[in-house]
Amino acid sequence: MSIEARNITKTFGDFKALDGVTLEVPTGELVALLGPSGSGKTTLLRVIAGLEFPESGEIFFHGENATDRSARERRIGFVFQHYALFRHMTVFENVAFGLRVRPRQLRPDERTIRKKVGNLLKLVQVDFLADHLPSQLSGGQRQRIALARALAVEPQILLLDEPFGALDARVRQELRRWLRRLHDEIHVTSVFVTHDQEEALEVADRVVVMNEGRIEQFGTPDQVYNHPATPFVYHFLGNVNLFHSRVHAGRVHIGEIEIEAPEHLGTHDAPALAYVRPHDIELDRVRDGAMIEAVVRDVRAVGSLVRLELDRVDGDEIIEAELTRERYIELDLRAGEHVFVKPRNLRVFLKEA
Amino acid sequence: MLNEATISVGRSVVARATSEPALVRGFLIGAALVFLGLFLFVPLAVVFAQAFQKGIAAYVDSFREPAALAAIRLTLFTAAVAVPFNLVFGVAAAWVIGKFDFIGKSFLMTLIDLPFSVSPVVSGLIYVLVFGMQGWLGPWLAAHDIKIIFAVPGIILTTMFVTFPFVARELIPLMQAQGSEEEEAAVTLGAGGWQTFFRVTLPNVKWGLLYGVILCNARAMGEFGAVSVVSGHIRGLTNTLPLHVEILYNEYQYVAAFAAASLLALLALVTLAVKSLIQWRAARDAVIRHTGGGESDA
Repeated sequence: MSIEARNITKTFGDFKALDGVTLEVPTGELVALLGPSGSGKTTLLRVIAGLEFPESGEIFFHGENATDRSARERRIGFVFQHYALFRHMTVFENVAFGLRVRPRQLRPDERTIRKKVGNLLKLVQVDFLADHLPSQLSGGQRQRIALARALAVEPQILLLDEPFGALDARVRQELRRWLRRLHDEIHVTSVFVTHDQEEALEVADRVVVMNEGRIEQFGTPDQVYNHPATPFVYHFLGNVNLFHSRVHAGRVHIGEIEIEAPEHLGTHDAPALAYVRPHDIELDRVRDGAMIEAVVRDVRAVGSLVRLELDRVDGDEIIEAELTRERYIELDLRAGEHVFVKPRNLRVFLKEA
Repeated sequence: MLNEATISVGRSVVARATSEPALVRGFLIGAALVFLGLFLFVPLAVVFAQAFQKGIAAYVDSFREPAALAAIRLTLFTAAVAVPFNLVFGVAAAWVIGKFDFIGKSFLMTLIDLPFSVSPVVSGLIYVLVFGMQGWLGPWLAAHDIKIIFAVPGIILTTMFVTFPFVARELIPLMQAQGSEEEEAAVTLGAGGWQTFFRVTLPNVKWGLLYGVILCNARAMGEFGAVSVVSGHIRGLTNTLPLHVEILYNEYQYVAAFAAASLLALLALVTLAVKSLIQWRAARDAVIRHTGGGESDA
């Protein structure tokens, strides 16, 4: 089932949590709401679920207006950040809850419930825990139970609030991959909230980047990472170098060098910021054309990439560069040595007046 | 292992730094025990000693009296009405305050505390001023032949007022601490309001609720001041057990007075025992919760 949010606005007192958000999630996709805390991503999720009601705007499920439906009527599966398992019920009863509270004529008999809950617990790989209380489980196990409980009511839409936020790094990695596989199996339209860019890029079909109650960009992981629409997205997704510069007639001037910026042909002598990813910083020991001179401050050789911190000679800005190990060995750079820098693939945003 | 060792070392250092010499400790503990003995155990013992002063037969006889039986009946009846009422009210108030935000919330909480902060005599007087012959509603009530003051309804009303806060006060912090995520989960799973309340909210606060009810009941049966003002002390009609004790005592019927008092003391002891049992059960549930939660992530 597709989800559509139109022009949603929600305030808490003086705080504008959502400021005219419009979003369309196609059927069967796994979408991440990504943003810093306070960006409105959890509020948007709760508005979709019917746990918060917006001041203005509308929600559509599969083209039908669901704005006035209560959370109970929306038939969504919601997984809470801290799982919200019923603490006095066993794992089995937690998962069975959604079936047991159905109106009498729709309620499955005990045998069907047993079979269904058993299958769900197998699906989330914790069937051996059926008789335990939530308090006896680890965080990762609780997360799986919370998911099984949400799936028990066969929701058309699955919403997950920071599903891996409270878990340690190793478990998070594992559950993340598992969620992706699960989604490929059951294909229910899913939206999850996260503040972890790696998680969003690795798991989701599409990513919604949010900031201050607005959507900055909505696109595939490749689009948002490699073609950020705004400076905010550039900053938020991955490391980035920032060069203060001036743009004039399609050329950007950074210090002494000049680079083509065809998207700004019509701009005349305006201050701008140029964004470059660390792996798009080219380094050389000798000057080859227009390059920025810098001094190596620090070298961190961990993993397959080598990270370098460089001090610009013509200013006090720091440049971060990432080299492959081969290139690093070839250059054989050490702290204190002079290098020459050439940025590739830069993206220029004019400074707002 | 290394970790455990450093922790235990750290603990013993802390214990040493905050403990006192044996002599000081002994003196403080002794002083507390003497105080408790003098002001709690001796009076309690006296109640039972006086009650059985003239033998078990005299003790039992004192309850054969119609006035005594009527007082016991009225006390039980009053509690049987006031406690369920305050149970429902307390749960409703705690639910509203603990789970929702609204204007006037802190005012409502203050209002719930009012019966605790007002002297019981004043609580009784309030009802006399409202329902008494010289009160606001007195003439109207008299015209319709409805008796509240110096009658059973007045006793029940004042008892309700005095025992108002017990259940609510017990539940509010509990419900606030638990938040409403579990209720939200229940709603998204398709549960209605009552289903959510009976299947999720109520089981989560059952120990606190029981504790509040026990305290509420003890107070409802033992209340003296407020009830004394509105009762009129009509023997066999409007005397509760505490009032009955006072009357007998003033009439120098010591055995009967202390026999009735021993019933109230017994009620207090049973209340304490049940209370400890509940606290023990609740703590045990909490321990299971915590030790269970300590497992490593997997």
